[in-house]
Amino acid sequence: MTDFLSEEPLLRASGVTRFYGDRIGCRDVSFELWPGEVLAIVGESGSGKTTLLNCLATRLAPTAGAIEYRMRDGAMRDLFQLTEAERRFLMRTDWGFVHQNAADGLRMTVSAGANVGERLMAVGNRHYGNIRGTALDWLERVEIDGTRIDDDPRAFSGGMRQRLQIARNLVTGPRLVFMDEPTGGLDVSVQARLLDLLRGLVADLGLSVVIVTHDLAVARLLSHRMIVMRNGEVIETGLTDQVLDDPQAPYTQLLVSSILQV
Amino acid sequence: MTAVAITETEGEYNFAYLDEQTKRMIRRAILKGIAIPGYQVPFAAREMPMPYGWGTGGVQVTAAVLGREDTLKVIDQGSDDTTNAVAIRGFFEKTAQVKTTSATKDATIIQTRHRIPEKELTEDQILVFQVPIPEPLRFLEPRETETRKMHALEEYGLMHVKLYEDIAHHGRIATTYAYPVKVADRYVMDPSPTPKFDNPKIDNMKALQLYGAGREKRIYAIPPYTKVKSLDFDDHPFEVQKFDKPCGLCGARHVYLDEVVLDDQGGRMFVCSDSDYCEERRAEGHVGDMAANPAASHLAGKSSGAAKTEAGE
Amino acid sequence: MRTRLCLNDVGKTFTMHLQGGLAIPVVAGVSFAVDAGECVVLGGPSGAGKSSILKMIYGNYRCERGQILVTEDEKIVNIATAAPRQVLALRQKTIGYVSQFLRVIPRVSAENVVAEPLIAQGTGEAAARKVARDLLARLNVPETLWTLPPATFSGGEQQRVNIARGFIAHYPLLLLDEPTASLDAANRAVVIDLVNEKKQQGVAMLGILHDLDVREVIADRVVDVSGFSARAA
Repeated sequence: MTDFLSEEPLLRASGVTRFYGDRIGCRDVSFELWPGEVLAIVGESGSGKTTLLNCLATRLAPTAGAIEYRMRDGAMRDLFQLTEAERRFLMRTDWGFVHQNAADGLRMTVSAGANVGERLMAVGNRHYGNIRGTALDWLERVEIDGTRIDDDPRAFSGGMRQRLQIARNLVTGPRLVFMDEPTGGLDVSVQARLLDLLRGLVADLGLSVVIVTHDLAVARLLSHRMIVMRNGEVIETGLTDQVLDDPQAPYTQLLVSSILQV
Repeated sequence: MTAVAITETEGEYNFAYLDEQTKRMIRRAILKGIAIPGYQVPFAAREMPMPYGWGTGGVQVTAAVLGREDTLKVIDQGSDDTTNAVAIRGFFEKTAQVKTTSATKDATIIQTRHRIPEKELTEDQILVFQVPIPEPLRFLEPRETETRKMHALEEYGLMHVKLYEDIAHHGRIATTYAYPVKVADRYVMDPSPTPKFDNPKIDNMKALQLYGAGREKRIYAIPPYTKVKSLDFDDHPFEVQKFDKPCGLCGARHVYLDEVVLDDQGGRMFVCSDSDYCEERRAEGHVGDMAANPAASHLAGKSSGAAKTEAGE
Repeated sequence: MRTRLCLNDVGKTFTMHLQGGLAIPVVAGVSFAVDAGECVVLGGPSGAGKSSILKMIYGNYRCERGQILVTEDEKIVNIATAAPRQVLALRQKTIGYVSQFLRVIPRVSAENVVAEPLIAQGTGEAAARKVARDLLARLNVPETLWTLPPATFSGGEQQRVNIARGFIAHYPLLLLDEPTASLDAANRAVVIDLVNEKKQQGVAMLGILHDLDVREVIADRVVDVSGFSARAA
């Protein structure tokens, strides 16, 4: 059950700006993300949404602005003031990152079980049987047959790889997951299954999610709130269904009216 | 091991081939390696008059620590008389005119490829390892920048991923050589391609261990009496290979054995990989059950011949 | 009687940027209140803005002018200015919405679709599913369909699944968007019963009902929206 009235935000972006030389990646983005909330960042290619995501996930240093995160001890810390060791620890325990291309987020040459178990081993789990048991459990949760546990992901379909990537990220019980077009490049039926799975996991685990997508249907199904970006700037923000049903900005109206109706 | 300044004669090699500046540079790397046990120190490896893969890293380390009074032993897979061992021994005989030996107890410096002598080493000895690939994380992480960061931040989960894969595919940890260890509770290290049988010897060893990788330009070290733990899982603890038979020549148990094919009829026997150890036992009168076998006699004969030569020195 | 909902001088205009910034006024000066245990029906011709008013209260549409005050526990929240997460909290606990159209979620079974709002309010899954099955039975959805995703159901079946979903949880304020349209007489009667039960529980309801027979039975009051026409104002 999502508690929308918890007092403290989990993540706070203030004036996040990133330039690539003279070119704008994203400019002056500010928002807060609360526990259990799913925030979609939408916009077309080149709108700066992936740049913003990479800044938030500390994969890219912003040119200006601050990003703060509420650590497990309750303290709000500026992510770029953390030591690299603290940041990397955060990334492999309290955070997840789901890449559009599963090969970027998986170790393609080791088995599915080891892919899921890696984070457990990284935090010091040293019992093979327990690691394997947890990996099996997670494969089941993401609907991958347990008999595939020793196969490596090169033998998996695109949808399975993506589900494996999700399991690999969620095994340490992260509080915040970043997703970069998680359903991009998948067949429509595979996409639907993945979306439903994500939706269920996010609700069950009370995850906070920042999801980048150009697909407004994905945003509507998964997110509570939306940020619409264009040319590196935020055009409109608000409740997802409000932005989609009653878009205010000219660009958002264009975006919404461009959705193909089935 | 005292470094000795010698008067160079034109046309002759400097003592132990390398020039003194290079030796100093290597010694600095060695000292740093000793100060940070298990940490891979980059060094400016020189071109040596032998191909990579033939021990250029070990040779440079040996050259840097070798003194006129030293006695050098060189082994390859436990044996003193394989091509690689003979060539390296010859190299130092020629360039440093030091004494050489095949007797472990007589050596002050032992350069080795793929084995650690069975006889316990002492505080007065240095064991120099030839290392092909020094980076234990390389198996799963090809980026050097990333592996350095992982060492710096002590992120060693990947090592266990490799062991996990072993158990998943083979039912047990199937890594039998270059078995990763954690040195002094800090750095994960590749003990070079020695059999894991030798890993317990690395732990708390009395002798100084120096590891040199020529192609990869890395030196690392384990000072005497340092804790070295082989990585494992709670439910799949580290184990060494067990041999169900003793050595066919000397009858030794609990040593590392090599399989030797005797004929083309399927005849074979297991003998000590450490040839010096085997000879010493036979000299003491130990006899294995194959020692009298005519097919095996050439093995024993050749080895004992070498022993005789040394005994005569 | 306690006031659950109060609209005060609410107005809305759509600006169509894709049509040269054309402004389409929808409603203006909307003011009325709904009390606990009362069912108020919005009257007026099509296009008078009934649906827009409902959507502004639920937060789907932005309210540009005036106030939409909702009682949440002991607090009063103005939806027109509430932060998104406040609106989300209201939707979880305070405001329910029964609409005509089911937004189908792939692969989720009918009984889970119905049970979801109850689970979101904290009821256990098994208990919530039991209530869901009872409701589906009351609304004559064949038992064979309960465990299937509603995507392949007929229009009427989907509508009844959605009505069950709208009525299952307890919200102090319930918005009814044509809940009985195209239902047969038997199911209309079930919806009327459900509305009456909610009234008994003190739920304030605001609805759009074109079905005059049903309106006759459940409406305590009709608010004529044509009086709030932006064009008239």
